[in-house]
Amino acid sequence: MSPAAVATRSRLTQLDELEAESIYIMREVAAEFENPVMLYSIGKDSSVMLRLALKAFAPSKPPFPLLHVDTTWKFREMIEFRDRTAKELGLELRVHSNQDGLVQGVTPFTHGSSKYTDIMKTEALRQALSKYRFDAAFGGARRDEEKSRAKERVFSFRDAQHRWDPKNQRPELWRLYNSRIHRGESIRVFPLSNWTELDVWLYIHRERIPVVPLYFAKPRPVVERDGLLIMVDDERLPLKPGEKPRNETVRFRTLGCYPLTGAVQSTATTVPEIIEEMLACRTSERQGRAIDFDQAASMEKKKREGYF
Amino acid sequence: MHGPVPAAQRIAEFLARHEDKELLRFITCGSVDDGKSTLIGRLLFDSQKILEDQLAAVRNDSARWGTTGDATDLALLVDGLQAEREQGITIDVAYRFFDTERRKFIIADTPGHEQYTRNMATGASTADLAIILVDAERGVQVQTRRHGHIVALMGIRHAIVAVNKMDLVGYDRARFDSIRATCEELLRALGVPDVRCVPVSALRGDNVVHRSATMAWYTGAALLEILDTIDVRPTHELEDLRLPVQYVNRPDASFRGYSGTIVAGRTRRGDAVMALPSRRTSRVRSIGTYDGELEEAQAGQAVTVTLEDEIDISRGDVLVHSDRSPSVGDRFDAHLIWMADAPLLPGKQYEFKLGPRYVNGTVELIHHRIDVNDRSEHAARELKLNEIALCRVVLNEQVAFDAYDTCRSTGGFVVVDRLQHGTVGAGMIRRAASHAMAERAGNLFWQPTRVSREQRANQKGQQPCILWLTGLSGAGKSTVANALEQMLHLRGQHSYLLDGDNVRHGLNKDLDFTDAGRVENIRRIGEVAKLFVDAGLIVVTAFISPFRSDRELVRKLVNEGEFVEIHVSTPIEVCEQRDPKGLYAKARTGSIKNFTGVSSPYEAPENPELNLDTSQLSVQESVARIISYLEATGRLKN
Ligand SMILES: Nc1nc2c(ncn2[C@@H]2O[C@H](COP(=O)(O)OP(=O)(O)O)[C@@H](O)[C@H]2O)c(=O)[nH]1
Repeated sequence: MSPAAVATRSRLTQLDELEAESIYIMREVAAEFENPVMLYSIGKDSSVMLRLALKAFAPSKPPFPLLHVDTTWKFREMIEFRDRTAKELGLELRVHSNQDGLVQGVTPFTHGSSKYTDIMKTEALRQALSKYRFDAAFGGARRDEEKSRAKERVFSFRDAQHRWDPKNQRPELWRLYNSRIHRGESIRVFPLSNWTELDVWLYIHRERIPVVPLYFAKPRPVVERDGLLIMVDDERLPLKPGEKPRNETVRFRTLGCYPLTGAVQSTATTVPEIIEEMLACRTSERQGRAIDFDQAASMEKKKREGYF
Repeated sequence: MHGPVPAAQRIAEFLARHEDKELLRFITCGSVDDGKSTLIGRLLFDSQKILEDQLAAVRNDSARWGTTGDATDLALLVDGLQAEREQGITIDVAYRFFDTERRKFIIADTPGHEQYTRNMATGASTADLAIILVDAERGVQVQTRRHGHIVALMGIRHAIVAVNKMDLVGYDRARFDSIRATCEELLRALGVPDVRCVPVSALRGDNVVHRSATMAWYTGAALLEILDTIDVRPTHELEDLRLPVQYVNRPDASFRGYSGTIVAGRTRRGDAVMALPSRRTSRVRSIGTYDGELEEAQAGQAVTVTLEDEIDISRGDVLVHSDRSPSVGDRFDAHLIWMADAPLLPGKQYEFKLGPRYVNGTVELIHHRIDVNDRSEHAARELKLNEIALCRVVLNEQVAFDAYDTCRSTGGFVVVDRLQHGTVGAGMIRRAASHAMAERAGNLFWQPTRVSREQRANQKGQQPCILWLTGLSGAGKSTVANALEQMLHLRGQHSYLLDGDNVRHGLNKDLDFTDAGRVENIRRIGEVAKLFVDAGLIVVTAFISPFRSDRELVRKLVNEGEFVEIHVSTPIEVCEQRDPKGLYAKARTGSIKNFTGVSSPYEAPENPELNLDTSQLSVQESVARIISYLEATGRLKN
């Protein structure tokens, strides 16, 4: 509990305003949709989003389950963190993997990062949304993350095939989010739209929100691939002849599939140190993701196809 | 003895400052090539650097980050939209973020000129402030007018005019001054009360983040300094509670909470509240949040309240304090912006979303369409994409609402197509409408109320009228008016005195002293006086009311003979000598602007019913003259 929140304040700080806005968005969704779900990707943004959901519906539990689309290549610490969090908070967690993809043996190494992401993330998400008939799905994306997100709506409309049509998005005025859809259509909802990476960390700091330990620097076994430091999280990572993982003190700015997520060299072991490092460093956080290098304007394309 | 502050502590202090920042949302408006992208890039880039510099100050090691060339980085920050333009992707509103030491900023950037109205309205709907770009070479354009109009329509009260490309006009002061004068006049006339102008060169960075030596003649603040310090809290913020219920929280039978974000005012535990539109009442039992219960909560906070009584409240109801409630009704007049390809058709059923509530209804008629370029009004049968009109909206159910200018959250709405589900329009409520109003534009009749004005006057045994005192500041209007009202009261008359104190602080506290503000001031006073005359009262007013045309306007509001113009014609030398509030002295030194008789004209009445020079008459004598005039003309019995 943050004591500052209990005493009445004369004015709201920007973090208070962002928090209230996100809570407002979540309540709108819970009230308007029959079957919402929260996409839980285990990263820092998901952690903040989850805390906001707890706040929005207290003293009740959030009236929707968590969904994790598991490519089976996530860091082990992420999976542990996921299961522990759901259990401690008593929340319903659904995990979905693309079984066809697994049967066909799709991995980042065999199919290339782009194809792999298509099948194991985008397609898997579509499968899960259709299977459970979710009509609204919260995602933790922020507008400051990437240029094509800057114009994204808070309520982002998807057709029955889960496609995003940038030409057919609804104007969003004030906080009046249009929740009307036909059966089969859905809305992706981004309650963190107006948060920046700095806000997310400041909020984690202020609220003492637990995050996956991978965000903090520690000696970890890594190899270098295409200029990225890839952590050898398990024995499935194919090593080249003679290649030997070396121990380096690294951490992750963003978390995904371990073979595609680059670590950064760092000594930051606390949230304030992470913030300090982040402010000093101009490179965008998404540069740690191999997938974005693969294709120009890749995000735009992925989103049209149903990616978050 | 004090050693160096430990690094951890310095970082903690830095974080505390950043957590406590305020949020300011603004929109940037400019035509293509005015330099909007360059300006935004400059703000993002330079402010980022400031953050880093601050951080450097709290660090020992500053060698960690390299410096890149200015030009490349500026381009990088804004090239997203360029790429999209080439790919033919619709760009409507892009949101960008930057921080300074004091504030976090959210920029709603609306590029492109097609769809301009729709996009700009969208961006402006959440903005507290607008930056309007004007190219110093090209000067004020039709587009500037259009931007100003949309800014005003969307209720933005603060505008910064960035006169850009000053480098191309040799940093010429005269050029800037002339653009500034035009813009200030234009925007104020449109109803934007706070207008500031800054000469900048986005390309070179002059006066964007730091004051520039190239324009030493400019003594104001740089653009970012203004953004950082400007007070955008509404001057006449709605202080009455508005809590639209979003969600009913029922974990079990013992708890029933109403969740929502307070959009205006505040509430305390124990407050008597009323739910609208049902008008059921109860008291606040608790104000809950995840972080604990609150004694009091204010606008902006997302809370869950419980009430003492089990009354039926559902999503879309609004909790208010019963003595300060908004309008409840099923019809209102609103400015509507149309946002869909298929035109708005009066009579067609749409869904209207006001706050959390969806209600079916129609646009019953279009009073007139408004041309955004020059604000001219035109008759219209339908409304096309990007057109704006004043419309009568009629809903199928009662809702609680405020005028948009009073509260954006309870006065703004969107229109949703019932079949396609698209958002097809957005509206700003201007006023409640009653069933009784005639349904044709420009032809509104008052419903004949059952008790007539004659009956009201007869009951009081008097002839209602307006005794309108006009004259310079210090002429003695208020003193005479007060004494006059006392006399009327003694004689058993029913009267009411309207003067600066009870009007400027309440009804007209949103008005300033510009010509436009003065005109509106008098118009409203005239309307109120007219209602009081309707109610059967003798109304005494004491206002400078310097403009002949305004006084004539009031005269025309009431019946022949009901307006009595009394010129308190004390000469200005005497007024200035009296100067009871020291205002003339201030006006002479220029510290008060637009002061009647000094820097703003006073148009004396040509044929006033009475003339009183208080340098020649005592207060009692003045009052006696008025009373005998009223008796002589049969308005008062003697
Ligand atoms: N000389 C000069 N050129 C400028 C300035 N600001 C912008 N420009 C130029 O004006 C052109 C249009 O600028 P841009 O930012 O793309 O305009 P936008 O269409 O409003 O976003 C570009 O060639 C800029 O380099 C300025 O302050 N001085």
